[in-house]
This record gives sequence, structure tokens and C-alpha cells, in this order.
Amino acid sequence: MIHFVLHDARDTVAVVVVEGVKAGMAMTGWIMDEDKTIQVQARQDIPIGHKVALKDMAVGDTVLKYGIDMGKVVAPIKTGEHAHVQNIKTKRW
Amino acid sequence: MSVISRDTTFLGYRRENGRVGVRNHVIVLPLDDLSNSAAEAVAHNIKGAMAIPHPYGRLQFGADLELHFRTLIGAGCNPNVAAVVVIGIEDGWTKKVVDGIASTGKPVTGFGIEGHGDHETIMKASKVAREYVQWASEKQREVCPIGELWVSTKCGESDTTSGCGANPTVGNAFDKLHPLGNYLCFGETSEITGGEKIVAERCATTEVRDRFMFMFNRYQDMINRHKTSDLSDSQPTKGNIAGGLTTIEEKALGNIQKIGKKCTVDGVIDKAEVPTHPGLWFMDSSSAAAEMVTLCAASGYAVHFFPTGQGNVIGNPIVPVIKICANPRTVRLMSEHIDVDTSGLLQREINLDQAGDQLLECMLRTANGRLTAAEALGHREFVLTRLFESA
Repeated sequence: MIHFVLHDARDTVAVVVVEGVKAGMAMTGWIMDEDKTIQVQARQDIPIGHKVALKDMAVGDTVLKYGIDMGKVVAPIKTGEHAHVQNIKTKRW
Repeated sequence: MSVISRDTTFLGYRRENGRVGVRNHVIVLPLDDLSNSAAEAVAHNIKGAMAIPHPYGRLQFGADLELHFRTLIGAGCNPNVAAVVVIGIEDGWTKKVVDGIASTGKPVTGFGIEGHGDHETIMKASKVAREYVQWASEKQREVCPIGELWVSTKCGESDTTSGCGANPTVGNAFDKLHPLGNYLCFGETSEITGGEKIVAERCATTEVRDRFMFMFNRYQDMINRHKTSDLSDSQPTKGNIAGGLTTIEEKALGNIQKIGKKCTVDGVIDKAEVPTHPGLWFMDSSSAAAEMVTLCAASGYAVHFFPTGQGNVIGNPIVPVIKICANPRTVRLMSEHIDVDTSGLLQREINLDQAGDQLLECMLRTANGRLTAAEALGHREFVLTRLFESA
């Protein structure tokens, strides 16, 4: 079963694509561009469609998705945590 | 091998100017807010005539007024429309819309309300609408090459599954249509923010690239002029954020998956302008769903691809809107709105090529006459883009 997908192997976040991801769950991720899988353990509950962090990130770090800059870290994030508006913000506007 | 090739055909209505439509609407088009009531009364009298009410058309000026006319005239000119009755509060601007639509050669008649009142206007307009509906009902579909189908796209209530599944499905279909000579269109200028360099790199020529960047920067300037925050309450929308999208950049990077991997951007148009040659066009446009789809209808597009994540329910009175969704929860909870379910993509059950083909199959069936979910549910959102205050 695929629990999350990412576009590019360099991505630091990935999208949870199943319902019911709970803290502690072992998850399988699919790197779409390379058709490979990776494993990450969820550290928090993450709703479907929301992102899981694939590495530890510090405030000010750039978040990569599609292999491209999608914003900046505004609160520390650990691998497996829920990555969303509470810890990532736009660099625009 | 894709489900479509140069030999693929669909059954369409060929109009007087040679353009091909996939619907055969007789519309009653109000020039302005004041004329909605009469237009709706005519559509009530005449079965098969459709009123398209909207809230604008008074005291507009300059570029905003030009856009108003361009949108109404474009809607009337759309090849999905067989004939048009225009109703306005006065004769002058009514005639301007009638003359614009008459350039296609299709039947169109206008009525001004002043000096006559609603009753007389409704009676006269109903008589013409009745003739148009009966005339249009004898029009036959004919075999047309696939390249004559104009296809636009815009996504809405996106979430992260849009960028992973539904939008790349549209991109795959566009990559297959582009070589066949189809007119294609995307836009949503503000929702390119963060992905503008990728779109710029896909432009076919320096001239197109410069024009795209002009439109992009013009929209950014407008946002910067009016903004009171970082737009985090508007872009991404509350629905986007609930669906997991965090920043405008993330939304944009997902959004531009709709232009596929191979298509070049071959031209740039302003809102509701008509493209002049085949290929993929960028239209400077609002990112609000009903505004953008209305602009696509005014530009002459006959079918619309609308990927959604959280479940936008939009339709359009003139253009069939095909909904594509890759979010299994949305497909489960809102199935009556979804035409193409590509949720299998995210479980590796189908690949992108297969998802693109599913969409193209649905496109052909829709072009041949099958009603979309939005049509069956009666969604007829016709929303005019305003540029600034009235005079």
C-alpha cells in the first residue's frame, strides 16, 4: 500500500494519500518521478492530502516539493511530522 | 497507443462561421442586471431557451466595459450556442452585443426594454426565442476531426491530490491533444505564483515569453497594490488549506501540472480574447473558478477540463465542465460531481497515460452529447470578471 507520494527524490515533504494515518504508523512512500518507494514513520496523525516531513528542518530552511521551492520553514519540523501552515509559510506577497 | 489520434472524430454542430460546437443552446442573454428578469421570463415561456443572468452591465467604463462586451459577445459567439436573444435596458449597448454576435452569422436579435416595459419585451422576445428553439432543434450533429475541438482547463478547490493526480491527468491529455492541432487554454495568473519560471521556460518563442511575463507581472502588481496581508486567507483558500495545501507556491506548482510535460505555450491572450491559431494559450485570468470558466467560454472554448481535489461543484451554462478528481475521499463523498475518477493513480493502480486516456474518452463522450455531472445537476455559473469600480 502507498501511504504517501512525492514527485521528486529531492523533496523534503510528501503528500499522504490514504485516510487514517496515525502517529507511529510505518508508511510506504512512492517517488513518482523515479517509480521507487521509501519508508517513513509517522510522528503525528496526518489527514489525507496533508504533508509529512521527510527530513528534519530548521526555521528559515527552504521546503522542496516537485523538486522546487514551495516556501520557508517558520517552526522546526522533525521527520515524520505533519508539515503544514503551522510550520511552513509562503515566501511571496 | 493513446485512445486518440489524428483520425479520431467526434459529433459536433458546425456553425455558420465554420467553428464546431458540442452543444446546441439557444440562450437569452441579458446585457445588464436590470434585464435578468425579462430574460428569465422568456426562458420560462420557451422550453429549450436558457437565460444566463448576471449582475453587471451598468455604468462600466474603459477596459472594464470593454471586457464586459468582450465576455457577453464571446459567450454568444461560442459555437456551443446556436442562436441568441439579447435583452438590455436600452437599445444602444444592446445593439453592440447583437452586432458582435451577428459577426458569426448565427441568428441573433436584440430587445431594449425602455419605452416598452417588461411585458411587451418578454412577449416579443419570446416569439423570437420560440422560432430559434424550433430552428435549432433541427440542427444535426456531423462528424468532425478531433483537432477542431477547443479545450480549456482550470482547477478548483484544489488540494495536494490535484498536483499529484488530477492535474497531471489533464497535462497528459493536453500533451496528446497538442500535436493534433487543438486549441488549448490555461490561465489563473495569480495561481502561477512560484511556478512562473517554469511556464516562462515552456513558452515557444521569446515574444510569447515576454508577453506571458508582462501578464504575470501586471497581475502581481495588482495584488501588491490592493493586498492587506500575505493573502494567506485567500490564496491558498480555506478549502485548499483544509485539503493540505500550505503556500501559494505549492498550489502553483500543482496547478501548472495541467500543461503537461511536452506542450509548448504558443500564445498569450488577455481575458476573453479569442486565440488566433492552434496550440496551448495562456489567458491572463482570475483564479476564481466560475470567472475563469466563463472567460474560457467567451474565448470560444467548447469543452472544459476541471480537476478538483476537495470537490468544487462548478458548471457553466455554455460549456460542459468535466470534473477530474484523484482524492479518494472526495470521490467517495461527492461522487455525483465527478466525471473522471483518477484516484487509482495515487495507489499505482493505473499510470498517468491510462488516466489521461480515461479523461480523453470522457471528453469524446461529452463532445458527442453525454451530459457532464455539472450539466445533469444544473450548474450554470456564469460570472463576469470586473476590473474596477463603476463610473
